[in-house]
Amino acid sequence: MSTALQGAGPGPTLSRSADLVIVGAGVVGAAAAYFAALAGRRVVVVDRGAIAGGTSSAGEGNLLVSDKEAGPELDLALYSQAVWREDLAEHAGLWEFEAKGGLVVAATEHSVAGLRELSVHQRASGVEVHDVGHSALHEYEPHLSKDLAGAAFYPQDAQVQPMLVVAHLLRLARGLGATVRTGTEVTGFLRSGDRVTGVRSTAGDIPAGAVLNAAGTWAGEVAALAHVAVPVRPRRGFVLVTEPMPPRTVRHKVYAAEYVGDVASSDAALQTSPVVEGTDSGTILIGASRERVGFDRTVSVPAISTLAAKAVALFPMLREVRLMRTYHGFRPYCPDHLPVIGADPRAPGLWHACGHEGAGIGLSAGTGKLIAQALTGGQPDLDLTPFAPDRFTDRTQDAEEAVS
Amino acid sequence: MTYRMTFRGTDIPAEPGQSVGAALVAAGIVDWRTTRKEGRPRGLFCGIGVCFDCLITVDGTRAERACLIPAADGMRLGDALETGDALGTGDALGASDDGRDRATHHAEEDGDAAHP
Amino acid sequence: MPHTHDVTVVGAGPAGVAAAVEAAEAGLDVALIDAAAQPGGQYWRHFDEDRARPEDRRGHHGWPVFTGLRDRLYVLRDAGRVHYLPGHQVWLATRDDAGTFTLRVTPTVRDPEPAGPGHGGTGHDGQDPVVARALILCPGGYDRQLPFPGWDLPGAMAAGGVQALLKGHRALAGRRAVVGGTGPFLLPVASGLAHAGAQVAAVVEANATLGWLRDPVGAVSAPGKGVEAAQYAATLARHRIPYRTRTVIRAILGDGRVEAVRTVKVDREGRPAGPEREIAADLVALGWGFTPSLELPLMLGAATRQDVDGSLVVEVDDLQRSSVDGVYVAGEATGVGGAALSVSEGRLSALALAAALGRPRMDPGTNADADRNTEAAGNTDADGTTDGNTSADKSAASGAAADPAGIRRVQARIRRGRRFAAAMHRTYPVPAAWPRSLPDATVVCRCEEVTYGDLRHAHAELGATDARTLKMLARPGMGWCQGRICGYATAGIAAWLDGRRPTADDLLPLSGRTPAVPVRLGELAALAETVTADPAGP
Repeated sequence: MSTALQGAGPGPTLSRSADLVIVGAGVVGAAAAYFAALAGRRVVVVDRGAIAGGTSSAGEGNLLVSDKEAGPELDLALYSQAVWREDLAEHAGLWEFEAKGGLVVAATEHSVAGLRELSVHQRASGVEVHDVGHSALHEYEPHLSKDLAGAAFYPQDAQVQPMLVVAHLLRLARGLGATVRTGTEVTGFLRSGDRVTGVRSTAGDIPAGAVLNAAGTWAGEVAALAHVAVPVRPRRGFVLVTEPMPPRTVRHKVYAAEYVGDVASSDAALQTSPVVEGTDSGTILIGASRERVGFDRTVSVPAISTLAAKAVALFPMLREVRLMRTYHGFRPYCPDHLPVIGADPRAPGLWHACGHEGAGIGLSAGTGKLIAQALTGGQPDLDLTPFAPDRFTDRTQDAEEAVS
Repeated sequence: MTYRMTFRGTDIPAEPGQSVGAALVAAGIVDWRTTRKEGRPRGLFCGIGVCFDCLITVDGTRAERACLIPAADGMRLGDALETGDALGTGDALGASDDGRDRATHHAEEDGDAAHP
Repeated sequence: MPHTHDVTVVGAGPAGVAAAVEAAEAGLDVALIDAAAQPGGQYWRHFDEDRARPEDRRGHHGWPVFTGLRDRLYVLRDAGRVHYLPGHQVWLATRDDAGTFTLRVTPTVRDPEPAGPGHGGTGHDGQDPVVARALILCPGGYDRQLPFPGWDLPGAMAAGGVQALLKGHRALAGRRAVVGGTGPFLLPVASGLAHAGAQVAAVVEANATLGWLRDPVGAVSAPGKGVEAAQYAATLARHRIPYRTRTVIRAILGDGRVEAVRTVKVDREGRPAGPEREIAADLVALGWGFTPSLELPLMLGAATRQDVDGSLVVEVDDLQRSSVDGVYVAGEATGVGGAALSVSEGRLSALALAAALGRPRMDPGTNADADRNTEAAGNTDADGTTDGNTSADKSAASGAAADPAGIRRVQARIRRGRRFAAAMHRTYPVPAAWPRSLPDATVVCRCEEVTYGDLRHAHAELGATDARTLKMLARPGMGWCQGRICGYATAGIAAWLDGRRPTADDLLPLSGRTPAVPVRLGELAALAETVTADPAGP
């Protein structure tokens, strides 16, 4: 549903050029817009749909460190945590930031041992982890199944309302001079030789010093318009929403230890691991399923029923609680499970911030700040090499195609 | 014959075939729960099972639609606390938070009471 | 594996009962699922049949048409030719690659369980699904609502809810009533209240007059309607009920419950154009037309369109076929048009399906009986009108053969019904400027207590320029009813704030719901066990 705005149609050039055009008004684009505008850059954000219209409105709003093994993604998650809690601290209330903590539960002693081993490496990277024994589980979650062996508690894990994050970051960016043009689809790039010098859009050409591809699950299509490959693919997930429950029925983000394995897996087949948490509005959210089925929007009975069964196994009282709504989204997935962040040497002037898979809400703040630092010629606080856009060899992409 | 139900200690007669909501309304009771945020009173609105305004605890089962549940003799209607419906969390499933005088009128909510 | 029916009909209102009866009499193996305990839908809602009294039929139009259909349904049920499942709601509809439909059902009301503390209440998980090769969806609809100050006070009800209490429960919701909104349905509600002994202080109609009486298309299309309207006019006169046109209820006043309404004269667009007036009342019945229930058609991917009355409806062809192969839709879900039209659409869908399956007319015997029953009920006049009441399709009860000419006759009747409905919708539009003078504190979403001010803020400050984004950022439609009540209003407000008329794109994000009704997680979880146990899977 593209709405024609001023200057619709190819050809005419918008009167003002920009320092930076951001393609995609999701959470990553919004964070980048905010930090770039804060750095004094003239920013134009374009999106073919509405704000937060893609994966940003289809998740649970997780800011997690608990589900990440030691490595570049955990480093980015920890960096992002600091941005959420420091740079963005004054706005936290706007998007219902809640440092509720994550409780990763294990059904068997064997799984508990696995959790403990994971936490050793996480602690070394700076993650705070508390070991929770069987007897202490119910102090954390009174309704948790009695059959669980133990857990690990991660106090840094937090939750936000992601649509409000997008809306307010864009509002703050507008206050700093940014322009947001929804209903505006990018149809191509302006080029000067190899160099990207702006975008062509359904609202006209927008010349810019740089273009940031923050199109999430659709970032591969945008990159293709610039004749570069970025292997972002959809990985579908369902979320179940229950009837409103009394406050603190589920107090933390609670998930099963197998979740970590599912996140890291590349399997195309359906994987479900229960992730259960309450919200401000009283509803309980139940995730997480993962399957690679393209952009299929039909309801999957195996996915939603398995989520329900596993959630009931964790919290037996949920059996009698009613499901009110389900929704689904498409995580932007890269073959190596790392996002793509940085300048694209194959098309100078083009930058990417995409492919955050299921962690985009949490990683958005850090990504936005880092990309703004890099764009303004500074040294980013975190080394972006692991996220380089041209890191994918033809071989990884061929393997990817074979799996798809 | 007439069924007899109880609602917050009050006898509610019902004609067999009537819904719980109809019997309450016929007895002059137009609201039986309060909303989560503002503690607004709620009773029947759509009357046909669509709006969920009329949620009520019936014999200990929370959040049933009063407009659809057939009345039955001896049915206990009303508050979660009175019907032992609290989830056992020890949380304040207590008095409504709007400060109004609802001494007999607490805790029947669409799932929760005092909202922070 | 569950038994596979030829067709599952969902809904046992006018369209659904007609469809089920017609399909079964054409020899199809039929399942009929309905939320209510007994057939009739909202239109022919009536008190518990086991405890019926003669006066229960009062205020019903086309009652003999209904009893004729009902008798045929019960004959077919008892003969094992309609698997009738009352008291159940479909919460999930899926279509497999072979085109077979699986409907998951849940009891509308949980079975009575032993009371007492500590009662676990398990036991109904994993109810058998209903499987069929085709669907006829007849989900009906409910009153359309517009928010205004005080509409959430106890004592303010949907007009259909007030009517349901009277017809279905022999209960009167108040002593002194005001009926307000727009459309001809306000009249039977006022009339029913007056008959039941309430004082009706006023009928407050936003539009100009009973204009459809003079509408040439309307008059030709449905001669019975004129008589019906005249009866209401007589009832209003007899009970001295003022009928105030071009007037709206601007606010409902009261401390904790309805005590009075404040009305105001309005112009064509709904803008205040006269002095306000306060009327004491303890009951307010509200309706602004009807909203079709589209959960199941949308879940199956059926294409929709915006109807003359502004509602989102399912797009069907001249055989009631939706855009999804094997899914027929009949009744209000294809466009609000009343019971007679619904009966015709239900019939046509069944006739069309039977013809498509190559099974026109199998068992004239049963039909002849049914015809006699209906004849005895007096359903004989030319356009299907019954004792001067609502026109309901004559052959609805007389079971015309599924020959091409029969189909053409029903199609012609449907075309006339549609013309009449369109004329009525044009006479009773929702005033275009209805959000204009809403105070910020007005509750729009009753479940999540989202106010008009919240929506204005989300639009002006947060960039929510469409209904979906408005819902995401301010939560209207995110509560228990999932936007069933506030969806139309939210779409209208989104468009109003954006300076345009609401479109299908505004309505769509607030119309689809999975599950179609809330269902216990235990019931959903039970499907996973089935999935695991059966290697073939669904």
